[in-house]
Amino acid sequence: MLSLSPVDLVIVVLYFCAVLCIGFYLKRYTRTGEDFFLAGREMTAWVAGLSFLAANLGSLELMGWAGNAYQYGILAAHWYWVGAIPAMVFLAIVMIPFYYISKTHSVPGYLKLRYGEPARALSAISFGFMTVLMSGINMYSMALVLKVVLGWNISTSIWVSSLTVAIYVSLGGLLSAIFNEVLQFMLIWLGALLISIIGLIEAGGWSGMVARIHANFPRQDFTHLWRTMGSFTDNPMGIHWVGIVFGLGVFISMGYWTTDFLVVQRVISAKDLRAAKLAPLIGATFKMCVPFIVILPGLLGLAVLDTPGHHFLVPATEAEVTGGHSYDEVLPIMLARYCGPGLLGLGITALIAGFMSGMAGNVSAFATVWTYDIYRAVFRKEASDSHYVSVGRWCTILGVLVSIGTAYLVMQFKSIMDYVQALFSFFIAPLFGTVLLGMLWKRATPKGGFWGLLAGTVSSIGMYVWVKIDPTAVRYIALSAYAKDQAQNMFRALWCGLICMAVTVVVSLLSEPKPEAELVGLVYGCTEIPSEGHLAWWQRPALWAGVVLAAFLALQIIFW
Amino acid sequence: MHRPGMLSIWFFIGVLLLVYGILIFGAGIYGLSKPPAVKMADLHAGIWWGALLIALGAIYTVKFRPGRNN
Repeated sequence: MLSLSPVDLVIVVLYFCAVLCIGFYLKRYTRTGEDFFLAGREMTAWVAGLSFLAANLGSLELMGWAGNAYQYGILAAHWYWVGAIPAMVFLAIVMIPFYYISKTHSVPGYLKLRYGEPARALSAISFGFMTVLMSGINMYSMALVLKVVLGWNISTSIWVSSLTVAIYVSLGGLLSAIFNEVLQFMLIWLGALLISIIGLIEAGGWSGMVARIHANFPRQDFTHLWRTMGSFTDNPMGIHWVGIVFGLGVFISMGYWTTDFLVVQRVISAKDLRAAKLAPLIGATFKMCVPFIVILPGLLGLAVLDTPGHHFLVPATEAEVTGGHSYDEVLPIMLARYCGPGLLGLGITALIAGFMSGMAGNVSAFATVWTYDIYRAVFRKEASDSHYVSVGRWCTILGVLVSIGTAYLVMQFKSIMDYVQALFSFFIAPLFGTVLLGMLWKRATPKGGFWGLLAGTVSSIGMYVWVKIDPTAVRYIALSAYAKDQAQNMFRALWCGLICMAVTVVVSLLSEPKPEAELVGLVYGCTEIPSEGHLAWWQRPALWAGVVLAAFLALQIIFW
Repeated sequence: MHRPGMLSIWFFIGVLLLVYGILIFGAGIYGLSKPPAVKMADLHAGIWWGALLIALGAIYTVKFRPGRNN
């Protein structure tokens, strides 16, 4: 355990002052509902793109995935590459036009326009539930960092940091959240990148690191992305490429990056359609690089912390009993290994910034969905704009308080990310099926959309409960008795996504479709997408989508 | 985003990085006489990382300072 030097403390305190000052400064620019909930819809592509990524890059991402990389090796990078890049490109090119042209305030708002009130209510309630749970996870991650590295009390850490978020988001709304997310994005990179750089120097470069890992664990392959995916038993995760490509790459990833309002909200705050399309592509470019500050420290931990045949870090349940360190602590431990006074403060600030960006993303999205899709839809349909802004501010504080309660719930789970992926498979995978059919298939009906979404969600939770009651059921859900938690999540997402789409199609064919006139601006074939013909070739989003996909494919080949 | 009179987010970032850079660079210089108890301390990462932050911070602060048209 470390104690911070005075210079480290100054750096951390300055960070807290900076985010609060930004919140107070931006309050004067946040007067209308459009300002508070959608940042005035005037973000540039760069600001929206960096914020889009930062909202996802919470301390949960940093610590959870570094821990997963230590546990599963480079397979964890699938969640950054096949589990993100194709979906971001799909969002930019195919789905953004419908979100943007329909002028919806939220994803449940789109479902209201496309399918009607029942689908919106179901989606809004499940989103609100998931969001506060996610905030709790983020809080726990951050408190864990401060406990491990500094020995700070978990409760104090949670309350101080989360109340800071509550203050700056309730003051400046999405505008303040986005401004701080861009700041946090910079700090996360500058604070975490140094671990990888110094770690690679110590390990003797990439080849030296790989040699050390192979020397420590000669019977396991931690350093290839796809080579071990042909069999469930050949890789540390116990997963098959079908689960990665279709479960993760199609339903989990597409569901999260294209329908989770936490990230979509940042994109629809862009100033015009072109900026909204470019924002996910800018986010995708940086997302491809994130493994160098998250996955690489986990791999370096396998190389420099471990000894032949022996892991230095252990599962959380074992760590509690033995008093050792758990997988999720690999990033702070590597930070403490390399960073002296000043740099340690910057690294801790990066992790706190990660926590705050993730949490601010969750509470700002929660405030919007609660205010527009639950409060206005159910409790008070006709009220002044200032009334809804006021509700949004209080809702932000309420969301933070509920999240604090859920942080303690998270401590019961052995691995943070396994828990998150379980949540995604409950709510996000079915939602993707519903939204996708709604955007691309004119025949999808309100009844089809509602029952498909409900069937997908219920079936996902049902499969989860089934495996909890009877662990041998994993052979049916994940097609292998060897499947670990992550593999189960991938396959559960795949099945519930398919169930959602099948039920939507069957019910739609049996029920009355909406007139085409009501689908204008919402569905492909009924909506005129603005032409980009007047733009120079290098300004067109489609070109940059191609560049991003080419870089993505190159990474798969390099680390095959 | 551009609103009349509003400071750019990049200006906030520049100022913070500049201050951080000075603090970390100073701590790195101090570490020359009293090396920190960390691995690879002989790399003196604080000095060159602090210098990088100062450079980045200065660029952003000057380029996006108040009153300058972006």
